[in-house]
Amino acid sequence: MTKLADETLRTEIFPYGIAGVGLSQVKRQVPLDEPPPLPPNDDLLFIGKPVPRQNGRAMVTGEIHYTADINLPGMLYGRILRSPLPHAEIQAIDISAAEHHPGVRSVIILSPPGDPQTAVLRYVGAPVAAVAAVSMAAAEEALALIRVSYKPLPFVIDMDEARKPIAPLVFDAASAPGGHPAGAPSALPLNGNVRGPSTVSRGEVVQGFAQADVIVEAEYRTQVQTHCCMEPHGLVADWRADGLTVYISTQFTAGVRHELAEAFELPLSRVRVVVDGMGGGFGSKSMLGNYGRIAVGLSRKAQAPVRIVLTRQEEQMDAGNRPATWQHLRIGAKHDGSLTAISLVSYGTAGVGLGAGVGNVAEALYTCPNFESAQNDVFTDAGPGSAMRGPGNTPGAFGMEQAIDELAERLALDPVALRDRIDPSPRRREERRIGAEKIGWQHRRVPGADAGPIKRGIGMAQSIWASNVQINSACEVRVLRDGSVQVLSSVQDIGTGVGTVLAQVVAEVFGLHPEDVVIRIGDTDFPSGPPSHGSRTTASITPPARTAAWRVLQLLLADAAVALNAPVDVLVARDGRIQVRDNPAKSMSFRDVAAGLRTDSISAVATRSDDYPGFRHKSGDAAQAQQDLGGVQFAQVVVDTETGIVRVERVVAVQDCGRPLNPRLIESQVQGGVLMGVSYALFENRIIDQNTGRMVNPNLEEYKVVGIREAPQIDVTVLENYQGNSATDAYGIAEPANIATAPAIANAVYNAIGIRLRSLPMTPSAVLAALGKVPQGNMTS
Amino acid sequence: MNRFAWATPRTISEAAAAATTLVADAMSSDPTGPGVVTVLKAGGIDLLDLMKETLLMPATLVNLQQIPGLDSIHPGEGGALHLGSMVTLATLASHPLVRQRYPALADAVSRSASPQIRNVATLGGNLLQRPRCWYFRAKEHHCLRKGGDHCFAIPGENQYHAIFDNSPCAIVHPSTAATVLVALNATVELIDAKGTVRRPLLVDFFGPPDQDIMRENNLKPHEILTAVLLPAVPASVRMAHLKQGEKDSIDWPLADVAVLLDLTPDKMCKSATVILGAAAPVPHRAEAAEAALIGKHIDEDIARQAGRAALNGATPLSHNAYKLPLFETLVHRAILAAAG
Repeated sequence: MTKLADETLRTEIFPYGIAGVGLSQVKRQVPLDEPPPLPPNDDLLFIGKPVPRQNGRAMVTGEIHYTADINLPGMLYGRILRSPLPHAEIQAIDISAAEHHPGVRSVIILSPPGDPQTAVLRYVGAPVAAVAAVSMAAAEEALALIRVSYKPLPFVIDMDEARKPIAPLVFDAASAPGGHPAGAPSALPLNGNVRGPSTVSRGEVVQGFAQADVIVEAEYRTQVQTHCCMEPHGLVADWRADGLTVYISTQFTAGVRHELAEAFELPLSRVRVVVDGMGGGFGSKSMLGNYGRIAVGLSRKAQAPVRIVLTRQEEQMDAGNRPATWQHLRIGAKHDGSLTAISLVSYGTAGVGLGAGVGNVAEALYTCPNFESAQNDVFTDAGPGSAMRGPGNTPGAFGMEQAIDELAERLALDPVALRDRIDPSPRRREERRIGAEKIGWQHRRVPGADAGPIKRGIGMAQSIWASNVQINSACEVRVLRDGSVQVLSSVQDIGTGVGTVLAQVVAEVFGLHPEDVVIRIGDTDFPSGPPSHGSRTTASITPPARTAAWRVLQLLLADAAVALNAPVDVLVARDGRIQVRDNPAKSMSFRDVAAGLRTDSISAVATRSDDYPGFRHKSGDAAQAQQDLGGVQFAQVVVDTETGIVRVERVVAVQDCGRPLNPRLIESQVQGGVLMGVSYALFENRIIDQNTGRMVNPNLEEYKVVGIREAPQIDVTVLENYQGNSATDAYGIAEPANIATAPAIANAVYNAIGIRLRSLPMTPSAVLAALGKVPQGNMTS
Repeated sequence: MNRFAWATPRTISEAAAAATTLVADAMSSDPTGPGVVTVLKAGGIDLLDLMKETLLMPATLVNLQQIPGLDSIHPGEGGALHLGSMVTLATLASHPLVRQRYPALADAVSRSASPQIRNVATLGGNLLQRPRCWYFRAKEHHCLRKGGDHCFAIPGENQYHAIFDNSPCAIVHPSTAATVLVALNATVELIDAKGTVRRPLLVDFFGPPDQDIMRENNLKPHEILTAVLLPAVPASVRMAHLKQGEKDSIDWPLADVAVLLDLTPDKMCKSATVILGAAAPVPHRAEAAEAALIGKHIDEDIARQAGRAALNGATPLSHNAYKLPLFETLVHRAILAAAG
């Protein structure tokens, strides 16, 4: 430890690089009150080890309480009346009969007539009114008693139709939403239903294409995918005179608290947001949601707790979705593969919402001096989109990664070899090497090589995603007098097992076992944790957890130094004891040290400091690390060219997330990402009837999600990528695990049949059509 | 879902006396308010679906599960097999006599729905379930089959709809078992409250939309489907069933095909039955395919010719022409599978 001129920092030496490729060291300036560097995972007891999920048994035995399991005394049941029309103005609404229903305790109108800002409904399923009643049956009966007079307005569902100048307008300039919370610029022009373009450019694209030896150009389309969380969106709102408590299935307790305080003009100190069991969240549970505001409004009016849990139909129509996109890509390259220019134009529709861009895959994945993009949002009369697992980059990779494969073929280069040339990331280079070996890339054949109707192929694709960090993240660690340990934060476990990871990190500091560490999370009465979106939970909350534990340990070591009559800097915590580092006999138990505490407990609260080498980008509470996250996936598919059925037999996923903290939980998340990608590639599709504006498959029966018989064998490898960036050096995995799957499958399908499927999902209908086997027009024979 | 009363009769005649209304009639009588009707409940799988969507709001459900004798499988006269209507799909799929004598039926039933549903759903309920057309299944669409004046599927989203006999209503029959049962020339047994028994062929029991657009069969009020009777199959008859959904787990078929071939030892086809499921409002007999097989030695070429012939007369809609090559393939493969 070297003291610097800046007395708040010290210099430390961190392990650096990719384990197995070549580890070196890097010097970092570390705040004095943060712990020393961790060694590589091989030298640790619990960090980097496949520790079982702490609450796994409770989850599979039904002991965990999900939001729908919460029953408060006097709780009412809330239900929402929704628009049956895709575009209409409410002319009158009569709730008197509903209010007189004996079981009803409150009725609220959500779209009052008279004011065009509220009276116009723009999608089937838009909330109109809501009731809270003593039973679900009474609430549903009351909904049927509400009389609404709708004036139907012209509507448009199809994105291509909505782009036409003659299309009915979803919004006018005054009513159109402006910016998007994900960061889409707000000052973009609105032409008809098209908002945009949002543009990026570097270099000279025209010159770049002029220099190209080969140019590939194609259009790609992706469909609307819905989140299909097994646990629907829902909450119990409990409005009381002294404050509001909300139990909600959420990805961001602290953010929901902010939204509630603002919407209902309450001080943050009187709003509490709690979540225990979470049955999945893929972006759409990041905010309070209209259903959340409605439940609180009903509770305030009824002066009783109100539970709203959306039905599956409501989930499908009005709980967010991954927007549909159309992408036009043009890529120029020299004979040696080096890229000379990339041009991207995209249109996407998030229904009445914004945020239908295709991300930064084309812009940032490969080295190319000349780039331009123009991304547009198109309004349609459909339920609003929201962030969903790798928003933008997931549809964007479907186009870009097929275009790169097409370029490789035109250049007569192997797709992996081309990427070795144009992809600057050392992590993805190693991931390609590992993945190619595991999938048997050297045995890859020319497209359509199988003689019979059943054809196999392999393909690969890559992911790029920002290493996100929430700097507004705090964690408290307590040691109690009996030697027990608590970790407290509002951070939520949305199913990924972050609680277990926190226990590992804290146990490693104290020399205890992870199961000795009690995790208290998902409650805004604890220090504010990060949101669980943007793959940032682990990166944001584990460094402060380790730092807080380390600070508490320093207090305990000081006490132990007195008791053991030893200098404090030779003491270490190990195997449940505090001992002199080189003399285990000179020791006392952790429990005995704790027993000597002056108070019942001691604690420290730590916050997420900046990454030691600084961030690439920082804005408000959010920041991005210097290095992006990689991820490369290989898929093996079988295509039945006579039925059009595509099945994915195997996926090899090679991913990176900084220092992996729990390989078992990471593997589980990668499997989830791959399955969601298989489902996106082959099955899922929100289908809206163009004539009525109604979704025809608002269920899990005709909205098709991958099942167990369609699940491939999934082989997961995770790099250990040490960067010396924080107290744990860990980053996220959720989104990178999803982005490359669909294009890897599409490239494998091309390798199988020699025909490129440029649109999702790859159903039998689409595959047979691509093979030229579907007769055109009405057939009579 | 509405409140309803629950009746558990112990005899067929009690149940039949109570069953005032067919599900089809109950669904079209008053789509807005709770009904006053009494309907029969077998496994309850489809009924619960309809009630949860408030497409059906019966005042009383008559549960058939306590009536003795309806859930047996036993040999009948002349090598026939008697399948009680309350036999679950799981029992049917695993029954040794069914597997031995009617392997195509065991195959079809074992691929229906999910294991959980097969453990509860009954053969009778499977045959009488309402169609899966997504417009029919949504309350907002008052379609022809529910007494409305408009088919939403023909100008709309019809990718899962019929390619034969699809006007004015383009439903496909929802039962996969029915595809094979029609091929097997099965008879259904129907008993009313007075004990009167009818035994029509299943194919005649079903009715296309041009006979009755609001009902898929000619079940009468106060009548209970008590059994399905399978005639004996000569030893020279081979059979196969193939189903293809977008998914293999828990999905409806895009297409399914049952083939019965009566073959000489050198595979000359004496007679052939080719039935297409998920193709038409009722299981569809592909007569031209049958004709293409009779008198021929079954081989790859003949099977392919029959596959093409099976599509004779098809009238695909705007989004379902892909079903043509799919059926062609399944017919071809089912013929070869049956011929062995």
